[in-house]
Amino acid sequence: MAEFRMPSLGADMEAGKLVEWLVKPGDRVKRGDIVAVVETQKGAIEIEIFETGRIEQILVGLNTEVPVGTPLARIQTELEATAGTAAAAPPPSAPAVPIAAPPSMPAPVAPSPPPPSPPAPPPPPVAPAAARARVSPAARRLAGLHAIDLATVTGSGPAGAIVYADVERRLGAPVAQAEKKRAPGLDLDAMRTAIAAAMARSKREIPHYYLEHQVDVTASEQWLARINAARPPDGRLLIGALMIRSVALAARRFPTFNGFYRDGKFEPSRAVHVGVAIAIRGGGLAAPALHDADQVPLDELMARMRDLVQRTRSGRIRSSEISDPTITVTSLGERGVETLYGIIYPPQVAIAGFGRVVTRPWVVDGAIGPRSVVSITLSADHRVSDGHAGALFLAEIGRLLQEPDKL
Amino acid sequence: MPPQMTQPATTEITYRDAMREAIRDALRRDDRVFLMGEDVGRYGGCYGVSKGLLAEFGAERIRDTPLSESGFTGAGIGAAMAGMRPIVELMTVNFSLLALDQILNTAATVRHMSGNQFGVPLVIRMATGAGRQLAAQHSHSLEGWYAHIPGIKVLAPATVEDARGMLWTALQDPDPVLIFENVMLYGMTGRLAADAGPVDIASAAVRRPGRDISLITYGGSLWKTLEAAAVLAGENIDAEVIDLRSLRPLDDATIMASVARTRRAVIIDEGWRSGSLSAEIGMRIVEQVFWELDAPIGRVCSAEVPIPYARHLENAAIPQVPGIVAAAKAALGRV
Repeated sequence: MAEFRMPSLGADMEAGKLVEWLVKPGDRVKRGDIVAVVETQKGAIEIEIFETGRIEQILVGLNTEVPVGTPLARIQTELEATAGTAAAAPPPSAPAVPIAAPPSMPAPVAPSPPPPSPPAPPPPPVAPAAARARVSPAARRLAGLHAIDLATVTGSGPAGAIVYADVERRLGAPVAQAEKKRAPGLDLDAMRTAIAAAMARSKREIPHYYLEHQVDVTASEQWLARINAARPPDGRLLIGALMIRSVALAARRFPTFNGFYRDGKFEPSRAVHVGVAIAIRGGGLAAPALHDADQVPLDELMARMRDLVQRTRSGRIRSSEISDPTITVTSLGERGVETLYGIIYPPQVAIAGFGRVVTRPWVVDGAIGPRSVVSITLSADHRVSDGHAGALFLAEIGRLLQEPDKL
Repeated sequence: MPPQMTQPATTEITYRDAMREAIRDALRRDDRVFLMGEDVGRYGGCYGVSKGLLAEFGAERIRDTPLSESGFTGAGIGAAMAGMRPIVELMTVNFSLLALDQILNTAATVRHMSGNQFGVPLVIRMATGAGRQLAAQHSHSLEGWYAHIPGIKVLAPATVEDARGMLWTALQDPDPVLIFENVMLYGMTGRLAADAGPVDIASAAVRRPGRDISLITYGGSLWKTLEAAAVLAGENIDAEVIDLRSLRPLDDATIMASVARTRRAVIIDEGWRSGSLSAEIGMRIVEQVFWELDAPIGRVCSAEVPIPYARHLENAAIPQVPGIVAAAKAALGRV
């Protein structure tokens, strides 16, 4: 039996409010499925599960705020399920599966010993689908359109009927009557409080040092123009993707900028998850991660960036995205700013900043000509690295940007 | 669109007077127009609508008729076919059944049966509805029956603007038009623009926009429905109120657009439920926007009894505000 617990979605998170369950007892889940929505100061976060198995019991009801680490649901893992059926079946000849501790489980589980488990009865029968569920035509059509299993929707209509708004809620779409209500999970005031806390902590605890480097990105621009010429607008690459990719590749080479400073020591991260600072309309900022930004093809990186921006602005970020960026990229180029110095988001140790690409007189091969130039900055944690390493790291980013076809 | 319910530069006027203004205006505009019916002349019409018109326009144009609905309605049809523009007044819809043969078998069919050689540009006005303790034979709401008949148009002005404006538009129609005036509205006052004139007779009007449920009604029930919508607003239910205005043809576009948006509908119809106009509207909603519905369609209709004389029983027999509120809440699962 595994427990699904309230995750920590940031170093400063102490508790979260469970606002939506997307699974119910009996549902099968697999690692990576989104099973719940938790509201934090950062907004509504979709929580993924790390076990594969069957939801046994939901332990925390809706709209309950619980501390990080509180068990939210019990899961019968695949292994146990296999063991259970095997026990009921004719005696196993030889246990094909070595009975090992369930993988990656928090070691000592609940303090209370599990109730004595007699020969496990067959899994609780799925509630007999007694009467056909009441579903309004509008709800049925909407569910069909989005391939929503109506069994996962709770009805709020007459006699418990599933109505349109229920499916909408399940979809996460804003409910029609949202005038008074804020967008789900997007409380800009709370977000501001969270940003304030994180940034104050950063400035208090992290000894920042700052470097700037000017890079000629004419090659990148030309390369993009050539690649994009034949593409439809929604398939085009933006220079932002190249910037993220170059930071990701440089971070892989210089691990002292990629990881977390926790409990007085630096823990480098093998994976490179680049947090992307995304401004939210009306104020507010979030920096969810593009996972393995150094690994995925550039086109996919671009597609994921688009999706991430869109979801973040509508207040739907996934737990893994918000909790595990290993380094952050921020850019104010679109706003016309030429240089910016970011503040490190703890417990990360570095943030790279990009300004606007400007045309400048530049010396190339001994001659002055107009070139596209961008300012790249690094704010890094002096407890982990110093200016020398920082300069090499920045230079690497610049070098990568000048060879876009290799990104 | 029909005029707004209130406009700047308006005067206070009763529905009765707005109707009289409409007749007077028609008589002045077109020599071919004349009014006939029982007691429309010296008595001034049983609801006082034509009071004073005899003195103003003379007995040629304000014609008292014998108690012979079939006879004078038939005469009106003949006059219309011969080039006149008669307004026939029938005291109540109950009496109009005596003229039903003329209306259905003649007025509504002549264009078809003459191979389009003749039309009947006739307007028939009549009172409908209960609430004045006039007992069963003067109180029924049978406009839904007339809305069943192809070949005629059926109007139900519920506001002073429509009372003032629908008649002239109806007179311009080359085919028969029936105008149903709810007896409870005659004394009602409303504000009418100084320059109020003809209105369209083809579209329904959204009298109160809302997003949670569509309340579809017409005539005398409009005001009760608006009152119900105000009560619902107090309970955080935002009801849209549609005034059908024309019962035949029905303005499907307005009804469906509203229901598709609110996903719920209750029809308020002073007619009897079985085989009623509300049944027709409900079925059209199912045919056209079934997949938009979020709740069964509700109806508030009259009790299926002859309308009683006793006031409390009469009130209990026809749609009232609490019943409309309850039906709307039921559709929203808020009982």
